Amino acid sequence: MSELTPSQTVGPFYAYGLTPKGRAKWDPNGHYSWKETIGDNLVTPDVVGDRIRIEGGIYDGDGKPIPDAMLEIWQADGQGRYSNEPGSRRLPNTSFKGHGRSACDGNGVFSFDTVKPGQVAGPGGKMQAPHIVVCIFGRGMLRQVYTRMYFDGEAANAADPVLALVPAERRDTLMAKKQGNVWRFDVHMQGDKETVFFDV
Amino acid sequence: MSLIYPRDGLSAYPKHLTPAYKSTVKRAPTKPLVLMPHTLSEMTGPIYGHDAIQDNDNDLTKQGKGEPLGERIIVHGHVLDENKRPVPDALVELWQANACGRYVHLVDQHPAPLDPNFTGAGRTVTDKAGYYKFITVKPGAYPWGNHHNAWRPNHIHFSVFGHSFLSRLVTQMYFPGDYLFPFDPIFNSVTDERDRARMISTFDLENTIPDWALCFRFDIVLRGRDKTPEDMD
Ligand SMILES: [Fe+3]
Repeated sequence: MSELTPSQTVGPFYAYGLTPKGRAKWDPNGHYSWKETIGDNLVTPDVVGDRIRIEGGIYDGDGKPIPDAMLEIWQADGQGRYSNEPGSRRLPNTSFKGHGRSACDGNGVFSFDTVKPGQVAGPGGKMQAPHIVVCIFGRGMLRQVYTRMYFDGEAANAADPVLALVPAERRDTLMAKKQGNVWRFDVHMQGDKETVFFDV
Repeated sequence: MSLIYPRDGLSAYPKHLTPAYKSTVKRAPTKPLVLMPHTLSEMTGPIYGHDAIQDNDNDLTKQGKGEPLGERIIVHGHVLDENKRPVPDALVELWQANACGRYVHLVDQHPAPLDPNFTGAGRTVTDKAGYYKFITVKPGAYPWGNHHNAWRPNHIHFSVFGHSFLSRLVTQMYFPGDYLFPFDPIFNSVTDERDRARMISTFDLENTIPDWALCFRFDIVLRGRDKTPEDMD
């Protein structure tokens, strides 16, 4: 018998509570005075790692953008350290949290400014390739879906223990692609290009 | 590969595809999810302490020049994990419609009045015992386009962080005895009555403040790890 409080959809009107700054993507003149706790810029002045920008769109089963989705990311810093990791590798002296939240705009487009994560250990101490955990919420989504963003062309991808669980022909859905100064990561909820989602 | 966060409890969650809630049809994954072991990446998660919030962020009746209209209520409870351990320092965010059933949102077209003294957003951080408290007004029911004459039961949206990214929960709190329950596909996306019951707050007379505000209790239970935290260090 489960004790968990069940999940429910974030609904279409989360912006004021969760992404007050993201509302500007919809209405540049609308001013939400509510301050933002979690935003789409993760970069802190003291963060370790190479700065990157991530952009992408999220699409439904008809290939239409999902404007009322919200994405959260969770990642290690450039040295592969999570901000609240138990034990000695806990971020000793930076304020980088590694957690970001982006609303989508009317075209289902989200973005993050962050640093490229370093490698972190996986099962059995085997190193994982650099990756970012992505959690997606939206109207029409009764519970969040989890996926991962990897970096296309990264040598370590070949030995990543989680990618190895994904059928080879679908791994590409987890690869962000370098386009100029941006890492592009599109999410398809359904269809031929359906993104791999994880049962966690 | 040890599985530290059990998955069994997730049976209480709705299915991604719940056709009665029409928007799920084009937005639910259609391919099987890939089962994966929990790594450091899933078992860690952001922690927001009290520096993340400001005094009165948990009082939605104090954000305007005057008091919002509607029934003033207190909503409080504990954030726990599934092993009944309190979750301290958990960021709890909420948002809701005003007493008339209208959100402060560009896209909300419901022809009910906005309240200049109510934004409908609040946040707080749980104390050592996992306890949180909000003061707000009771949200109104509102119509939506899912089917003919569809109305959402009164509800408050909640977003909660546990101590791992696996514990992340977005849910809705309902009010006891709502006559709209039988007709709401979102509420009924949780198919077991006992599971649904955990989304319904209870009326709390003991903590109702005479001549001032009704009180509702809503405990929130997140995924939790099987073992003691020391096991991971
Ligand atoms: Fe709502």
